[in-house]
Amino acid sequence: MDNREVLVDIKNLRTFFYTEDGVVPAVDGIDLTIHRGEVVGLVGESGCGKSVTALSIMRLIPNPPGKIIGGDIYFHGENLLAKNDEEMRQIRGDKISMIFQEPMTSLNPVYTVGNQISEAITLHQKIDEAEAKKRTIEMLHLVGIPEPERRYSQYPHEMSGGMRQRVMIAMALSSNPELLISDEATTALDVTIQAQILDLMRGLQKKLGMAILIITHNLAVVAEMAETIAIAYAGKIVENASAKEIFRSPRHPYTYGLLQSIPKFTEKKTNEPLPAIEGMVPSPYHMPKGCRYNPRCPFATEKCREEEPEIVEVTPGHLIRCFHPIES
Amino acid sequence: MATKLVEVQKLKKWFPIKGGIFSTVVASVKAVDEVDFFIYQGETLGLVGESGSGKTTAGRTLLKLLQPTGGKIQYKGADITDYSPTQMRPLRRNMQIMFQDPYGSLNPRMPVGDIIQEPLDVHVIGTRKERHDAVTTMMETVGLRPEYEKRYPHEFSGGQRQRIGLARALILNPELLVLDEPISALDVSIQSQIINLLQELQQRLNLTYLFIAHDLAVVRHMSDRVAVMYLGKVVETAENDELFDHPLHPYTQALLSAVPVPDPDVKRERIILQGDIPSPVNPPSGCHFRTRCPYAMPICKEQEPAVVEAAPGHTVSCHLLTKK
Amino acid sequence: MAEKALEAKKKGQQKTSDEYSYIGMVTHRLKRHKLAMAGVIMLVLMLVFVFVGPLVWRLDPNEQIEGLEGMFLTPSREHPMGTDDYGRDVLARMFYGGRISLSIGFISAVSSTLIGAFVGLVAGYYGGWIDNLLMRFTDAMLSIPTFPLLIALASVMGKGVTQIIMVIVVFGWMSDARLVRGMVLSLKEQEYVEAARAIGASAGRIMWRHLFPNTLAVLIVSTTIGIGSAIIYEASISFLGFGVQAPVASWGNMLQNAQQFIWTAPRLIVYPGMAIFLTVLGFNFFGDGLRDAIDPKLKL
Repeated sequence: MDNREVLVDIKNLRTFFYTEDGVVPAVDGIDLTIHRGEVVGLVGESGCGKSVTALSIMRLIPNPPGKIIGGDIYFHGENLLAKNDEEMRQIRGDKISMIFQEPMTSLNPVYTVGNQISEAITLHQKIDEAEAKKRTIEMLHLVGIPEPERRYSQYPHEMSGGMRQRVMIAMALSSNPELLISDEATTALDVTIQAQILDLMRGLQKKLGMAILIITHNLAVVAEMAETIAIAYAGKIVENASAKEIFRSPRHPYTYGLLQSIPKFTEKKTNEPLPAIEGMVPSPYHMPKGCRYNPRCPFATEKCREEEPEIVEVTPGHLIRCFHPIES
Repeated sequence: MATKLVEVQKLKKWFPIKGGIFSTVVASVKAVDEVDFFIYQGETLGLVGESGSGKTTAGRTLLKLLQPTGGKIQYKGADITDYSPTQMRPLRRNMQIMFQDPYGSLNPRMPVGDIIQEPLDVHVIGTRKERHDAVTTMMETVGLRPEYEKRYPHEFSGGQRQRIGLARALILNPELLVLDEPISALDVSIQSQIINLLQELQQRLNLTYLFIAHDLAVVRHMSDRVAVMYLGKVVETAENDELFDHPLHPYTQALLSAVPVPDPDVKRERIILQGDIPSPVNPPSGCHFRTRCPYAMPICKEQEPAVVEAAPGHTVSCHLLTKK
Repeated sequence: MAEKALEAKKKGQQKTSDEYSYIGMVTHRLKRHKLAMAGVIMLVLMLVFVFVGPLVWRLDPNEQIEGLEGMFLTPSREHPMGTDDYGRDVLARMFYGGRISLSIGFISAVSSTLIGAFVGLVAGYYGGWIDNLLMRFTDAMLSIPTFPLLIALASVMGKGVTQIIMVIVVFGWMSDARLVRGMVLSLKEQEYVEAARAIGASAGRIMWRHLFPNTLAVLIVSTTIGIGSAIIYEASISFLGFGVQAPVASWGNMLQNAQQFIWTAPRLIVYPGMAIFLTVLGFNFFGDGLRDAIDPKLKL
């Protein structure tokens, strides 16, 4: 479908955590393709493996207890899982950057923000200090921070949450990455500030052309940002399609249920109950047999309780992992 | 029409900031600064605002969990502003609160049966057996299995913990329930379960809700009327549809336009507010919103806008409307 | 990521509730802690020695063998640890001295923890001038040089087991008061405390039912280590001659008594010295292990 060059290709990624209470299959079958310059949304609830996927791409899974035990992550056709630590360090923060939910803990409180961005720049680019400072101020300006010269010498605690997230974006983009991973980057922000940051990310994406992987639990955020959306549930991708398809004709019962259950901001108040999804996310130590969604699925049959469905392409570009897809 | 169950007038809650050698009050966080609102019996008032707006403080001050700095709180016509803790005790049975944090709001060292029963113990209601029966019934009411009463909070999921918190709040049969962001810490698929439960119980038990939230979609779904707060002030109050369809205050307009919509085909005109929310220690003079307002005028800096009724039941405080 | 594992752990607990109760979890973690287990073994052996020993070895610790030939007997079948300067059986005195020393350690550590917890709870919960008053008093108590005052006290109150316990308690509660106050300051901001206030619970109820149980784990650790230091304290005071008085035996006054014979009968120092050393070490190992076991952030 997409003629653009494939940037990232994740094939059947499996990342497990070995804890004293048992094995947690945090990621157990994630397939994801990101094209050059594409904005992809990875959506799911807590425990679906979305953040672990991001950390796996960055090869930042803490070992122990975590370990990537299977699959491949191709970046420009090269398998990141085959790279050694030194090679990975060259890529991390340079060609692939990441921003997190909590900008306060991602910044070191004892250094000025300017210092931290400059350091990130000199780490990957051979330029002198003065040059790095100039570039840092450019970056701060680019992410819409007023008076970048003054802000350069401020400490993280002197900034608001929205400002700190801008700083994080400036730092992440300072190396001109080809892929930016945003892990719940706007979740902790207020609505009006979230709108600012999303607007900024959209603008920068157009301007700089990098691909973005947006990881979030908020369907509305990906609806606004992403071209392609992957829905994860209990460590597996259950549906992957263009944003339009996901919202117009979801085929997986989980996607469908999720979309049905969220209150619509644009709809008038009714006293009707929301069509909620019953039950709760399974415990990672006790994953259900067969399809992992079967205990909550209204369409589940004996087959769903016994066999695990594979992910298949039902229509061009629309992949689902379900025996009984919803008819579009 | 309906009667007002609770009403606050010019409600003020300032938190002193102490400093210097003698710990004198050097400034105040004006968390709630002369706020008016009321709630009709049996309705849900949505109280919306971003961080620092004072919505949570307003809810707690209303319940007198915090002593107001100024203004008046009326409950069923009685002025309870200066009630002592002893005078408040019988009233506590009528007004309860459900919290945001499913982990912090339950004592980790108490079995859930005891947690739910504690209000009955405190108010010495019924015999031992009657209290226990009430706990069983209440657990069923909120969708928990009564045989779990001996378990501890950490053995439950976030959604179940919120049900426990709700059971504790409801066991005294209150009239007013303050819901302080009751679903914002939950997973998406669990949120709708709790929303449905809250709505069902409201009808069944004839409850009055003050629903504090920042998620506008949920507020729209839940509320009869909505009040919007910004930096310690209520800037606009109206009936649900009226507010969402015809927002009059520039802040409300911007807030509504900022909400992302789960529909890729909807392309909305977006008002992106510039700058950050100012600190409530040092709010801007005049209208608190003027530093970010796209329509700010000279008068906004000098004078605080009065509250005007733009339409029946629709009150706004903005100079754009007073000038007309 | 650690959070992730922890989160996962929380979820895992839903299914297996009983085996993962709080006490169950702490016990489970404690069992994996080698040092703590070493401490437990040392303590169990010591307790058996002190409390079961006298049931088997039925000699009166105060019975003296008349005459010079009964003094300073070297270990033999009749007297496995020999006899002391009065011709008393050292093993029997080790049993009874150990009972006294351990009891003093236990009672004074528990009492000082309870007093400290009470002061800390009240100071932390009420805050304001009450907090100021109590904490300044605590500071003042910490600034008093213990030993000189102790000698003064001993001359007023007399010497004996009760007095020594009182002295250890009076000078021992301050660190627990500070510990509890610090915890209460953060605990009282928790929403469940607010929830208790919202249902109309009294201050006493909130402190007793909601705050105290949540400091308990840390207090148990503090008491455990406190027993060790109380035993040392008793030994030091007795060694100076202001503690447990003869003929009642304690490990401390056995040491004191033995110092004059350090060249003639060094074993009289070695036995109580080793007993104190091993017991205190046992309590410290166990206490440290317990501290690690109740800390959910620490991976064991």
